[in-house]
Amino acid sequence: MKSIGASAARNELESRHRDFFERGFMLALIFSLGIGIIALVTLILQVLVEGFPRLNSELLTNFPSGNPEIAGAQSAIMGTIWVIGVTAAFTIPVGIGAAIYLEEYADKERWWNRFIELNLQNLAAVPAIVYGILGLAFIVRGFLGLGQTVLAAGLTLGLLVLPIVIISSREAIKAVPDTIRQGAYALGATRWQTVRRQVLPASIPGIATGTILALSRAIGEAAPLILIGGLTFITFNPESVNSNFTVLPIQIFNWVSRPQDEFRVLAAAAIVVLLVILLAMNALAIFLRNKYQRKY
Amino acid sequence: MKRFNVPLIALTMIALSLALVAAGCGSDDDSGSSNSDLSGSIKIDGSSTVAPLSEAAAEKFQAENPNVRVTVGTSGTGGGFEKFCAGETDISDASRPIKDEEIEVCEKNGISYEQLVVANDGLAVVVNPENDFVQCLTLDQLKTIWDKGSKVDNWNQVDSSFPDEKMELYGPGTDSGTFDYFTDAVNGEEGQSRSDYNATEDDNVIVQGVSGSKGGTGYFGLSYVEQNEGKVKAVEVDGGDGCVAPSTETVQNGTYKPLGRELFIYTSGDALQRPEVKSFLDFYINNQAEIAEQALYVPMTEEQAAASTAAVEKLAGGEGATS
Repeated sequence: MKSIGASAARNELESRHRDFFERGFMLALIFSLGIGIIALVTLILQVLVEGFPRLNSELLTNFPSGNPEIAGAQSAIMGTIWVIGVTAAFTIPVGIGAAIYLEEYADKERWWNRFIELNLQNLAAVPAIVYGILGLAFIVRGFLGLGQTVLAAGLTLGLLVLPIVIISSREAIKAVPDTIRQGAYALGATRWQTVRRQVLPASIPGIATGTILALSRAIGEAAPLILIGGLTFITFNPESVNSNFTVLPIQIFNWVSRPQDEFRVLAAAAIVVLLVILLAMNALAIFLRNKYQRKY
Repeated sequence: MKRFNVPLIALTMIALSLALVAAGCGSDDDSGSSNSDLSGSIKIDGSSTVAPLSEAAAEKFQAENPNVRVTVGTSGTGGGFEKFCAGETDISDASRPIKDEEIEVCEKNGISYEQLVVANDGLAVVVNPENDFVQCLTLDQLKTIWDKGSKVDNWNQVDSSFPDEKMELYGPGTDSGTFDYFTDAVNGEEGQSRSDYNATEDDNVIVQGVSGSKGGTGYFGLSYVEQNEGKVKAVEVDGGDGCVAPSTETVQNGTYKPLGRELFIYTSGDALQRPEVKSFLDFYINNQAEIAEQALYVPMTEEQAAASTAAVEKLAGGEGATS
């Protein structure tokens, strides 16, 4: 008993020493986290306070106007929804398809598959404005020649976030244990049956999270869309994918650069709307992840 | 065990979104009921400085002609001309005249055009009302104060006849068109400026700053000086031909140079063949005073308006600058 007591005392000394570092490290981590949270909270509070006077239904129902009293963001909100809809319709199938091919079908020994992988990593880091130039040259004009339309904007943003969708989907597919696949094959399933019935369902939470975060990035982009001809004054909503459009970030950018103060209030209110759309999308991502999560 | 139908759900969602897109592809340009005989769409793009004018014109015009859809983009004067000379837009907003290389593109694509003045823009350099030693500043002096790398912090460094008075600088932030215009006109290159001044997007802050410090100085749009009469004093500017005080008249008659300028729109001969475009341009020019006031610019003189009207008529008659 005595010897145990002595070693306990030594242990206590040691553990006090360890506690010191343990706490210190934890404080450092909290500090790092705090910087992010404080920045976010400050931003949200500031736009809430500044935009509060214009956070009313007129913001949602009125169209842009030179008179800040009656200006609203309806065409921008609808434009954002249309453009992101097209982006989603394009990136989700293409991105998931590419991820399935790279993870389940591609032979990693082949140089072209490795080349594609390397390219994807690099594409994810290309600045948004470059995709705008690409979109202007090949989608708005040239090869596809779609004009300055919702469809062109959606496809451009689709290209922009496609690498992110592919990479996150691949991670999700990679996380499915190999034993599941082997089990399926052992029961005589084909490759497609294995993917369709085992791998995809198991990876949906990860794919959904990655995809929605990628779309959240697309929704905040202004620069590439200004380049491909997003408008700043448009008093009607898109009626089809061939309509001209504006999106919230462009509208906000336009209002912020106006000399009248009232437009800045309007811009802050529009930022709140954009944040709400973003948070709703992120909430959906979390909901999907929790709903479909399975443990092995 | 629970069955997971997730891929099915996902596939349904994708199919639905594709169906939405496909359905959307079908319909285009449908026209609603009308109480005005004009319909169609007018595409405007270009300078963000001119955009508030075109937006105000578009808004008022659409109130009278609900079936005409006017859209305004702001891809910059250069970006606007690029689209205009490619035949993608009907009207191009411009804060400077078209350049030779842009003319070449227009000519190559067979786009005939005319330049119309739509308003005047003026910048005022302001000092504290108690400042009695500065009446007039030359462009060189302004450049000495505002150029990139300038260390001037006392008025006696600008001119030896000025007293020992500490200088405080206020100006618009780098996002504003006012900043671009001033730096281009004074420092010779757009965006080239010292950065250690009190930069703000809020002109009120500049007014407060300058009115609160005896050695304060700053610059902003002329219309704002008139609204703050007494709080700040606008100084005369010598652009090479003697001192000229900024005012609606000196900006309109072109003597307040280079801080006064004309703002333009360009329209193409093809677009003018469409009645809605012709009608819109007539409306723009006839209501220019009201439009300029709303957009915080200096309206055109009668001569300027008459010249713009003549340019529209000339182009509508088929005699553009190029054909």
